[in-house]
Amino acid sequence: MSRIFITGYGAVSPAGWSAAEMQKVLADGKPLPVQPLERPGWEKPLRMRAVPAPAVRPAFLAHPRLRRSSPITHYAAGAMLEALKNLKPDSARRIGLIVCLQSGCVQYTHRFFEEALADPATASPLLFPETVFAAPASHLAALLENTPLVSTLMGDPATFAQGLALGADWLRQNRVDVAVVVGTEEINWLRADALWHLEHAAIISAGAGAVALCREAESSCGAELCAITKPQSYSARKSRTQAARAMREAFGPIENELLCDGLGDSPRTDAPEIAAWQNWPGRRLSPKTILGEGLVAAAAWQCVAACAAVAEKKFPSAIASLVGCNQQAAGVRFQACSGADKSDKL
Amino acid sequence: MNFPAHPLPAQSPRVVVTGAGIVTALGLGWQKNAEGFRTGKTAFRLVTLFDASRQRVKTAAEVDLPGKMPATLLSARQSARLDRASALLLLAAVEAWQQSGWQASDEIPLVLGTTSGGMPLGEDYFRQAVRTPRLHRRQPTRAFQYQSHSQSRIVLDALGLGGSVNIISNACASGACAIGQAWELIRSGAAEKVFAGGYDVLSQLVFSGFDALQALSPTRCRPFDKNRDGLAVGEGAAMLTLETLESAQRRGAEILGEIIGYATTIDRHHLTQPHPEGNAAFAAMSQACATAGVTPAEIDYVNAHGTGTPLNDSAEAAAINQWAGARAATLPVSSTKASVGHLLGGAGAVEAVVCLMALRGQWLPPELALETPDPVCKFPLVTQPQNARVNMVLSNSFGFGGINATLIFRRWA
Repeated sequence: MSRIFITGYGAVSPAGWSAAEMQKVLADGKPLPVQPLERPGWEKPLRMRAVPAPAVRPAFLAHPRLRRSSPITHYAAGAMLEALKNLKPDSARRIGLIVCLQSGCVQYTHRFFEEALADPATASPLLFPETVFAAPASHLAALLENTPLVSTLMGDPATFAQGLALGADWLRQNRVDVAVVVGTEEINWLRADALWHLEHAAIISAGAGAVALCREAESSCGAELCAITKPQSYSARKSRTQAARAMREAFGPIENELLCDGLGDSPRTDAPEIAAWQNWPGRRLSPKTILGEGLVAAAAWQCVAACAAVAEKKFPSAIASLVGCNQQAAGVRFQACSGADKSDKL
Repeated sequence: MNFPAHPLPAQSPRVVVTGAGIVTALGLGWQKNAEGFRTGKTAFRLVTLFDASRQRVKTAAEVDLPGKMPATLLSARQSARLDRASALLLLAAVEAWQQSGWQASDEIPLVLGTTSGGMPLGEDYFRQAVRTPRLHRRQPTRAFQYQSHSQSRIVLDALGLGGSVNIISNACASGACAIGQAWELIRSGAAEKVFAGGYDVLSQLVFSGFDALQALSPTRCRPFDKNRDGLAVGEGAAMLTLETLESAQRRGAEILGEIIGYATTIDRHHLTQPHPEGNAAFAAMSQACATAGVTPAEIDYVNAHGTGTPLNDSAEAAAINQWAGARAATLPVSSTKASVGHLLGGAGAVEAVVCLMALRGQWLPPELALETPDPVCKFPLVTQPQNARVNMVLSNSFGFGGINATLIFRRWA
């Protein structure tokens, strides 16, 4: 069996443009302030936690391909490059890229459709290509250059676990040397309005999280991938509650671990996950209660928080529980690796 | 567990197709589509699904949905709320499923490719949110159902499935990538059977987008014609049941064809324009041949991506010329987008079924609209219906963003 190590992780979130800033607010445990998000036709605004402007303009924004791209790509690029920062420069290294998203490029989609409805003759041809779900992955691939395999996966937050599994498989089959998996989302009022229709209590947020995988223990940041459960699809045969329970049961006995769950501010939505982990004996962290509902980006933050906890040796292992809102449930376990454990074969 | 994965098999199993379902503007099902593609019928008409009166181009290949959907396990509520994208996908899925003889299971993964899921519902959501912001009616349903995993849920529930769902959105290569990923899942031993395909429905946003780019043909879609002036948009879906040869033979299933090669590459040249020399397309075809263990000399027909845009077709032609070498002079090529338009996320899956039809029927799908082949094409273009000895075919799919995918199929005889 091949082992898969975490070579780095990155995050862009309402806490800032780094995993360290995210970790700091998660450690503080206080929900970040909520900002108003104007909704046309309504006096009362929606609520959001937005990504703050970066203190220094990221150098990657000077890349020609990112000049016209939307925030979702900027967030993804920031998280991805942070996840890859520990790698020594090596132009021969093959990097596999997997971008996971649910809402996708909503800002440009909204703008383009508004223009197309107003007057198709003047709808901007510059906007339309940026509405495509695959656009962020395309821009990131251009930024990285040596990316033989690239894919965009769509779905609810548990899709991030599928992205990690796909990246691990590419590594196992020696099709790439590093696989970086990015979950990313952006905000606009329409997306917030849609979320509000489904769950009034949710506070929308945006950003990205990234986890980079490799085969070599010496490239590890101190964490390795331990397990990814088979996704449990919601269907007529299996309710969301049953799927969440099946995900938890797939891990078997658990002790002295950190649980990075997906609980937020929505009791109704959270109920299946609460039930699945009701007798959890250890510490737990709920990033969404602090950062907001970032959909697939939030799933990535959960995984980044779990990676960081074991890489920083705060816990021997950590689980990210990804109980998606309307598709599937999956869990990911990371464990610490160090010293003698850092052999690449079992 | 998805990880750690089980060990890779010492020898990758052969992967065969035992069921295929197809829906295009040519009609519903294998028979109508086979007859349409064999004779080079075209299926374009004035757009009726949304207001295209102010667009530069006003035609597309729309599907006529049946008055009654096939009987499935969907609840009455699900059936009543079926959106257009789900209906297209479901029609293709039911046809493939029935042909395969598979039984309901929690162990069959579903891999789908799409570019825009249920986008018309998203458009309806937008219109209502802007025009009558305080009207809630139908908005929660739209917010849920426009997402692509809502359509996948329909397939699961209709057929009694409960396996994992993987949704790939690699733009117009999505359908081919979905089939390719399914093929890889079986080859790696992760699954014995996978249900895979692609779909996309006509939407005003996407139609307007291609029109804004002036990528739509104001005359007629003529891939590889010297005077081509753009693509035509269509809608449709196709689904395939893929399984190991051993599984199919054990069940005594009818085998429609074998998938022997797949590769995907990325073209980083530009978000919407291919590299002029088709470097990534060349790499995709070459790598797919390498995985199949075949050479261009063994390929009997290429189902090109062939959108009909000046840039795509010249780049793809350059790639085919380079990849095929001396074989190019006698290698028949055509693009079935001349018949049903560009089906975006559904294109690669529909074209996979067309390849299976060609292998089964021993014919080549023509482009009747083609008048003057572009001199850049060093290969013969199929312009008339013709029977042919077809043992192996290669199908290209390229997408916005630069993902290129190539599938290779072999006749089962």
